[in-house]
Amino acid sequence: MTGQKTVSVSAYGTAEGSLSALLLLADGRFPTGGHAHSGGFEPAAGVDGLNDVASLEAFLRGRLGTVGLVSAAFSAASCRIFGAEVVPVGDPDSDGSTAAQLALLDAEYEARTPSPVLRTASRRLGRSLLRAGRCVWPHPGLDRMVSLPGKGPHQPIAFGAVAAAAGQPPRHAALAAAHEAVAGPATAAIRLLGLDPFEVNAALARLAPAVADVAGQAAACAHAPPADLPANAGYLLDIFAELHATWEVRLFAS
Amino acid sequence: MEDSREGATTLRATPEHIHVDEEEPLSRHAHPRRGLRIGIGGPVGSGKTALVAALCRTLSSELELAVVTNDIYTTEDADFLLRNGVLPAERVTAVETGACPHTAIRDDISTNLEAIEELEDKLPPLDLILVESGGDNLTATFSRGLVHYQIFVIDVAGGDKVPRKGGPGVSTSDLLVINKTDLASRVGADLSVMNRDARAKRGDLPVLFTSLTEDPTARTVADWVRGRLAEHRD
Amino acid sequence: MRAHAAVAAERVYTAEGMARTRLVRLRSQAPLSLHPNLQALPLRLRHWLRDPRSGMSVSLAAGAAGPLGGDRLRLDIDVAEGATLMLSAVAATVLLPGPHAEESRSIVNIRVAAGAALLWFPGMQIAAEGCRHSTVTRVELAPDARLHMREGLILGRHGERPGEFRQRLRITQGDVPLYDQELAVGAGTPGWEGSAVTGGRRALGAVITVDHDEDRMTSFGTAVSPAFPDTAVLRVSERCAVITSVAPDALALRQRLDAALWQTDNCARTAQDERKETAVAAPVG
Repeated sequence: MTGQKTVSVSAYGTAEGSLSALLLLADGRFPTGGHAHSGGFEPAAGVDGLNDVASLEAFLRGRLGTVGLVSAAFSAASCRIFGAEVVPVGDPDSDGSTAAQLALLDAEYEARTPSPVLRTASRRLGRSLLRAGRCVWPHPGLDRMVSLPGKGPHQPIAFGAVAAAAGQPPRHAALAAAHEAVAGPATAAIRLLGLDPFEVNAALARLAPAVADVAGQAAACAHAPPADLPANAGYLLDIFAELHATWEVRLFAS
Repeated sequence: MEDSREGATTLRATPEHIHVDEEEPLSRHAHPRRGLRIGIGGPVGSGKTALVAALCRTLSSELELAVVTNDIYTTEDADFLLRNGVLPAERVTAVETGACPHTAIRDDISTNLEAIEELEDKLPPLDLILVESGGDNLTATFSRGLVHYQIFVIDVAGGDKVPRKGGPGVSTSDLLVINKTDLASRVGADLSVMNRDARAKRGDLPVLFTSLTEDPTARTVADWVRGRLAEHRD
Repeated sequence: MRAHAAVAAERVYTAEGMARTRLVRLRSQAPLSLHPNLQALPLRLRHWLRDPRSGMSVSLAAGAAGPLGGDRLRLDIDVAEGATLMLSAVAATVLLPGPHAEESRSIVNIRVAAGAALLWFPGMQIAAEGCRHSTVTRVELAPDARLHMREGLILGRHGERPGEFRQRLRITQGDVPLYDQELAVGAGTPGWEGSAVTGGRRALGAVITVDHDEDRMTSFGTAVSPAFPDTAVLRVSERCAVITSVAPDALALRQRLDAALWQTDNCARTAQDERKETAVAAPVG
């Protein structure tokens, strides 16, 4: 199910071409399995009784500033590392230093994701992203990531790599990741609670400056040593994720 | 907690799920031969799970078989299969669909592909994987990226007008199963009308009438599956 | 105020060849003061020491009030090969605002060498109204070092909203990052009161164990009883487990963390007993 042809990254070289690829990547309909995840909203709504747009918005702000920032920063860093390989299109005899750097990034992200349930979800989403990315923006670097040992990369690592394969700079990867950190759970909230979709999108619009701010912070550390990347934690997200995994009735995988 | 639930595999980690086998490479693309994947869809209550159970009972002795269920409530259908002992727990995986069962089988098939690939990774080479969709409406169809063939299940009790209404499931599925024929007289449904309308909508595509209460082995559907399997192997 | 305190421990052998832990450095600087004491290891960690006398216990007092805005506090903890050190704060720390709204900072550097063990109880931190404080704790563990620590944070004294508080805890073992989490609360942190972070609860805490004892670590595999909500046992790796809880107040936090710990103690005991029974039942030779 993966295309065989390799598209030169220069195909996205124009500003509009690059933006159109970014829109595709950031679209909630991009098929990466995200629709089955609520980003912790289903468990939070269940435990804390969230049932309106105001509590959703507070949840989203907290999520954005914690795991949203971490995810955006790791996406940007991964995009930067992968992009360094991408520019002279895909050298198949790459010495593996890209792989080593991405593995280091992956280990740092793992340390920032103490919940085993969320780790598993993140790796599943990472694998799904690679599957989609290899088909949509074929690149030998993405093929190599699939063959690395382990259970597949964490979602932000895969996201940064796919963004780079789509010709995106790290700041775009960070922006798309920060956007997804709030847009995904917001869509889940509409489906789960039947919230007014216009009101929820108005909340997302109010969050837009905060999304841009987080994306800016994240992009600024794309070159930082992995150990120094942000580690902001959603304490309840972790706890609720573990509880959610024991629920007998769930609509979302996380 | 019910016994049956204990073994149910779902596509989320249980708390004891720890990644320890970091040395094991991703082997999912190394399968020499991929199993045949058949999607089973249809409206709520038409008998999808009962058909899956029947196919498992009939085919599990002759084939390496696994099932992925897409129930709205995660493990209901998987639990049904386990409770009825049709397949061991490690051969049944339930996936969450985020309240959108049709998205999971059509627009974004990632979660189901993950489930299938995880089954392929941990089990001996599979001949057949059944993917049961969550109960939806008449518009739900499977992506060709997910399954090779799809069976659409409607039932007599849903009214004999359903085939005439059509929809992608009724019109284009590879096999239309009209279930619960034993109820026809009780609900005043005319099977010949259903047959005529279905043939009109489907052209040469096959239609089978079943009653899983009268034939719990679903012999005719199992034969159709064997036929597809023979084609797939060639 | 600037203060730099340090404690270093090493293993020595008595004339009879018994292992003992000896303090080789004990530096106090007001307001941080360190004193050796005779406290015994918590029962649940007795398997760390074959001889209970071989460990060393030190208490940490951080002064009556403080740190205040503008303070810079640093504490270095060094446990050399084979030594066992327990370091416990004598009281909770209240983080207070300073006269010029300056930030106060605490830095804790911890190193635990091969075969060594550290029990670290920094005590509750209480982020008072108007405080601006950051704590950074870095723990470097050798591949077979052990760690047991318990931390807690109260967001504001009674009826108060907390000031701006930030803390980062990073634990590495060998070259591998094990656990790295940052918490930020207060007016400068959007969304911290939402249900992704604290959900309006006022106490957060964690018990972190890094151990290679199999019975001890498997005991962290069980879910916490629903009688103790908002509490989870996270099996971070084969050798690391974190009990984390977010609670309405300090008392509830302590009860929840204790309950989760007792639960794991029971599991560990059962596992040990089962092993002993199996060993007894096994035919000899």
